Amino acid sequence: MSTTPAIPAAPEAVLAKAAEPQIPIARRVKQRLTSRGATAAAIIIAVIWTVPTFGLFISSLRPEDNIQANGWWNVLGDLEFTTKNYTDVLASAGGSASNLGQYFINSLAIVIPATIIPLVIASMAAYIFAWGRFRGKDTLFIFIFALQIVPLQMALIPLLSLFINLKIGEFQLLPSGTYAQLWIAHSIFALPLAIFLLHNFISEIPGEVIEAARVDGAGHATIFWRIVLPLSVPAIAAFGIFQFLWVWNDLLVALVFSGGTADVAPITQRLAELTGTRGDEWHRLTAGAFVSMIVPLAVFFGLQRYFVRGLMAGGLKG
Amino acid sequence: MATVTFDHASRLYPGTEKPAVDGLNLEIADGEFLVLVGPSGCGKSTSLRMLAGLEDVNAGRILIGDRDVTDVPPKDRDIAMVFQNYALYPHMSVADNMGFALKIAGVSKEERAERVREAAKLLDLEEYLDRKPKALSGGQRQRVAMGRAIVRNPQVFLMDEPLSNLDAKLRVQTRTQIASLTRRLGVTTVYVTHDQVEAMTMGDRVAVLKDGVLQQVDTPRALYDRPANVFVAGFIGSPAMNLLELPVTDGGVQFGGMTYPVPRDLLGEAHGSTVTLGVRPEDLERAEDNHGLAVFVDVVEELGADAYVYGHTEFDGKRYEITGRVDGRTPPVAGSTVYVRPKEGHVHLFDTQTGLRLGEHAPGTPEASVEDLNVPVEAGKTAD
Repeated sequence: MSTTPAIPAAPEAVLAKAAEPQIPIARRVKQRLTSRGATAAAIIIAVIWTVPTFGLFISSLRPEDNIQANGWWNVLGDLEFTTKNYTDVLASAGGSASNLGQYFINSLAIVIPATIIPLVIASMAAYIFAWGRFRGKDTLFIFIFALQIVPLQMALIPLLSLFINLKIGEFQLLPSGTYAQLWIAHSIFALPLAIFLLHNFISEIPGEVIEAARVDGAGHATIFWRIVLPLSVPAIAAFGIFQFLWVWNDLLVALVFSGGTADVAPITQRLAELTGTRGDEWHRLTAGAFVSMIVPLAVFFGLQRYFVRGLMAGGLKG
Repeated sequence: MATVTFDHASRLYPGTEKPAVDGLNLEIADGEFLVLVGPSGCGKSTSLRMLAGLEDVNAGRILIGDRDVTDVPPKDRDIAMVFQNYALYPHMSVADNMGFALKIAGVSKEERAERVREAAKLLDLEEYLDRKPKALSGGQRQRVAMGRAIVRNPQVFLMDEPLSNLDAKLRVQTRTQIASLTRRLGVTTVYVTHDQVEAMTMGDRVAVLKDGVLQQVDTPRALYDRPANVFVAGFIGSPAMNLLELPVTDGGVQFGGMTYPVPRDLLGEAHGSTVTLGVRPEDLERAEDNHGLAVFVDVVEELGADAYVYGHTEFDGKRYEITGRVDGRTPPVAGSTVYVRPKEGHVHLFDTQTGLRLGEHAPGTPEASVEDLNVPVEAGKTAD
C-alpha cells in the first residue's frame, strides 16, 4: 500500500489564497498534465507500479505446487486456481498455530485503540492550543511540535524499559506482552504530528463562530464537542486513516513491545515470521499479504467520504 | 430585561500604551435601544465585546441590572449577540442554530421547537428551518443570526454592525425591522455601527465615541441640535457641518464681510482670539455681495428638490471646504463666487482650543458636564 492520504492541513480558503497569484502557471501545468502524452505516461507508470501486486495476487490464487514450480506469469499456460491458500491462512491450517485469523484479530485489537486514543487526546489538545488562553501556550506548542524531531527508533528501548519499571509496589502497570504497551507506544509516537495537524485545522475555524457559542452559553466542553469536533471531521478522518495505516503496517514497534506471542502479535509480525522461518511456505505469504491489505483498503474507502470540501461554507458572510 | 452600566470601564490591549476604551461611563436604561457610533478604531466594538465578556475589562466595572458581570464569563451573562459576519454554526440547520443556546440551557425539546418556531415566524424564516446556512442568502443568514438572539429572550441584545454585510436596499429595510422588533420585544439593546445614518434612525439614544473616549450620549435630535464638541458636530449629520475658525470681534465673530452677533459672556468662555463656528449646510443662506462669507463654488449637486453646493473659502491663510444646501430651482453655477451667511440662531460655537461647545460647560470642568448629559431617557420617549 503506497497510498498515503493527503492531509488537508487547512481549509480550502488558505489553499485558494496560496494558489491565487499563480493562476497562469497553474493553468499551464494543468494543461500539460492533462495532455495525451502525459496521460499515456501516467498509465504506463501505473501499470508498471501495479505489476508486482498483480503478480502477488495471481500467485495467491495458484495451487502450492504450481507456485513452487514456476513464476506467476506462467498462469496463462495452465489456468488452475484455488482458494486453498486463503482458507489455510485464515482458518487453522496444519498442526502449528500458523493461521493468520488470530493475528488478524490481534491487529484489529491493536490498531483500533491505537488510532482512537491519539485522536481523542490530540483533538482536545489541538482545541485548547488553538482557542484556549493560558500562560506559556505558544512555548508548549512549539515544544510538542519539536518532539517530532526525535526518531521513533531512538525512543523504543528507553520506552520499553520505562514500561517495565513502571510499577506501583509489585504491581506492574503495563506488563510486557499486552496490548496496553502497544496502544500507549503507538499513541505516544503519533501525538506530536496529530496535535500539530489538528491544531492547524482547528485554528482556522472562524473566531466569531467560537465566540458566538461562548455567548450562547457554551463552555469549553460544549464548544469542543458540539462545534469544533463536527467541523473538524475532515481533518480527523484524514489523520485517522493515516494513523490506522501506519499502525496496521507497523512491524518495528510490534517487534519491540508485543513479545511475539500469538496472543498479542499483529499480522505483520506473523507475515515476517512466515517468510523467515518457513521460506518454503510462501504460498501462504501471498494470501496473507492480501488478507492484511483488505482492512486498510476498507478503512480508506470507508472514511474517504468524510473528506468533504466546503464544510465551513455558510457560517460567515464574505 | 435589565439596565446596563459601564462604570469607568477601560480596556488596554497588551503591548499597547493607549487604552482602546478609556474610562467609559454609560448608563443604559431598561428596554432602551442605545447605539454606539464612531469612526473605525474608536473602541465601539471593543466596548460591546467587553459587555459580552469577550474582552477583558482592565479597569472599572460593567453591570447588567444590579449584577456586577466584570469577571463573569460570557456564558453566564444572559446576553445574546449578533455578529457582523453572522457567525452561524455551519454544520447545523437553521433550527439547530437558533435552538443551540436553549439546548445548552437544558430547555426541553418541545419547548425548544416551540420557541424556535415562534422566532422563525417573527422573522419569516419558517420554511428555511431545515436548511443549512450555506443554502441561505445573505439577508436570510442575517435573520437567522437575529433569530438566534431572539429565541433566547436574553437580558440584553448586543449587535455588532449586523447590517454592514447587506446590500444598500436590504440594509434600509432590515434597519427598520430590527428597530421595531427590539422595541416590540422591549429588550435592552446595544447596537454598534460606524454609519451615523443607522445610528440616528435606530437609536433611542446615541453614544458617540472617538479614540476610546465617550464624546457625547444623547437622543439623535439633541445630538444633531446641540453637539457637545467639534468632533460630534462634524461626525453627526450628512453632509457634515461646516466648521470655521473665526476671529472674535467686539460683540460677535467675524463671518467674512459680516459680524455674527454672539453674547459677550459666551465669548468670554473661549480661550484665545478665535472661536470655531459650526453651521449645518441647510442653515447657510445667500447673503448680499460682501455681506457674508465669499465662497468659490466648486461643484453643484442637483438632487431635484435641493441642491448641494460644494465650495471653498480662504481666510487667515487657511482653506475651508464649505457645503451648503440651497433651493433646487435656483442653484449657483459652478465656478462662480457666492456670499453666504448663517441663519440667525442656527450656529454652533466651540472653543477652538478645547473643542468644547460654548455656553454648555463651566470652563475648566468639561468632564463633569459631559457626565451631566449622560442621563438615560425612558425607552420610547424619543425625539421621533
